[in-house]
Amino acid sequence: MTGGQASRPGGSNGALAVAAKPVTTIEARGVVKSFGQTPALRGATIAVGPGEIVAVMGPSGSGKSTLLHCLAGILTPDAGEVWFAGQRLDTLHETQRSELRRDRFGFVFQSGQLVPELTAEENVALPLLLGGTRRAAALAEARAWFGRLGLDGLESRRSGELSGGQAQRVALARGMVARPEVLFADEPTGSLDSVAGELVMSLMTSAAREQGSTVILVTHDARVAAYADREVIVRDGTVGSLIAPGPASGAAR
Amino acid sequence: MSVPLTLLGLLEREPSHGYDLKRDYDTWFGRGKPLPYGQVYATLSRLARDGKATAGPAEPGEGPDRKRYAITQAGIADVERWLSEPTPPEPHLQTVLFAKVVLALMLGRPADHYLDVQRAAHLRRMRELTSLKERGDLMDTLLADHGLYHLEADLRWIDHTAARLDMLAQAVLT
Repeated sequence: MTGGQASRPGGSNGALAVAAKPVTTIEARGVVKSFGQTPALRGATIAVGPGEIVAVMGPSGSGKSTLLHCLAGILTPDAGEVWFAGQRLDTLHETQRSELRRDRFGFVFQSGQLVPELTAEENVALPLLLGGTRRAAALAEARAWFGRLGLDGLESRRSGELSGGQAQRVALARGMVARPEVLFADEPTGSLDSVAGELVMSLMTSAAREQGSTVILVTHDARVAAYADREVIVRDGTVGSLIAPGPASGAAR
Repeated sequence: MSVPLTLLGLLEREPSHGYDLKRDYDTWFGRGKPLPYGQVYATLSRLARDGKATAGPAEPGEGPDRKRYAITQAGIADVERWLSEPTPPEPHLQTVLFAKVVLALMLGRPADHYLDVQRAAHLRRMRELTSLKERGDLMDTLLADHGLYHLEADLRWIDHTAARLDMLAQAVLT
C-alpha cells in the first residue's frame, strides 16, 4: 500500500535484517536536546514495545513534546540515540527520516492540521497518495475510515465545514490510514470539549489496538492518559518512572 | 448513599413489594453490591414505624414478606427535601493524602516518594475506570466518570503539592 519501491532507508539495512526481533518498537536513549541556551531534554530515556500505548505526561515546558519530536525523527537530538525497529533513527539523513515518517509513522496533533483546500476524504488519503498509492485506491481506503469513525456523509466537506471533534476524527483517520507502526499523538484532544475528546481517544485507542500500532500519546490531561496502557512522566527534561521498582505499590492505601 | 431515602424514593413511584424495591435498587444503584433482603425488610418496617410508609396486609404466596408498601405524605416530604438539598461536599480522600504528606515531612520520610506512589495508584485506578467505560453502558460510564473526575482532582492536588514540598517542609519543621 505504501509502495514497495523504496528499500528501507539508512546505511544499516543489513543490521535491520540481521537484528533479532526487537523487544522495543521505539526507544530514546539518553536524549539531550537544547533550543539555543535552553535545555529541553537532559538525557531522556524511554522504551516502548510493539502495540503498546504509552502516555507521556508532564507539566508544560517539561520537554514532553520535544521528546515526541525526537522519537518521531522530526528533531535530531544533540546527544543520545533514537532507535526504531532495531534501527538507529537519529543518524539517518533527513530525506530518509521523512520517508520513514511518511511510510511507517502516523501523526495527530492538537488542531488545525487539515489542509483547508482539500476535502475531508482527500485529507485522509494524503499519506497514501504521498506514499505512491493510486488516487482511486487511496480514496477508497480513506473512505472506509469515515464509517468507522462516525463520519459518514462528511467525506466531501472541507475542514471549515467540520466541527472541532469531526475535524479531529478526520485527522485521526489520516494518521491511521497508512497503518503506521507508530502513531504519534500530541495533545490530540487539546482543543475539544470533554465529550468530543473522549470519543477521539476511544476511537484512537481501539483503532490502534486493532491494527497493532504503537502509540506515543503526549498529554497533560490525566483523563486522556487513562486510555493508555501505561504512563511516563517527563520532568525537567528527563523521563521519570511512575512506580518505584520493587514491591508493588498496590498495597499502599 | 442513604438506603432508607433511596428505597423511599423508589416507593414514591408506586406501592411496591420489598422484593420489587430490592430488584430495582440493585439494578440502578447496586453496582455489584446488591442490597441484602434482610436490610430491605428491616428498612421498610422502620419506615412504616416512623410513618413514612404504610404496610398493607400480608398477601398469600411465597417469600418472607408479602406486604405491599406505600409511601405516606410524610415520606414524600422527606424524599422531596432530600432531593432538593445539597449533599455535604466532603473532600475526604484529600485529608488523608494531606495527613500523610505532612507526617512524612515531620518524620523525615520521603514525602515525594509517597506522592509518586499515590499518583501511580490514582492513574492506575483511572485506567481501570476508563476501560470500564469502554465496555459499559451509559450508567456505568457516568458512574465511572464521577470517579474519574474525583481522582483527577486529587491528582491535581498531588502535583500542586509535589511542586511545593520544600515550602511545606519548611512550614512543618519550623
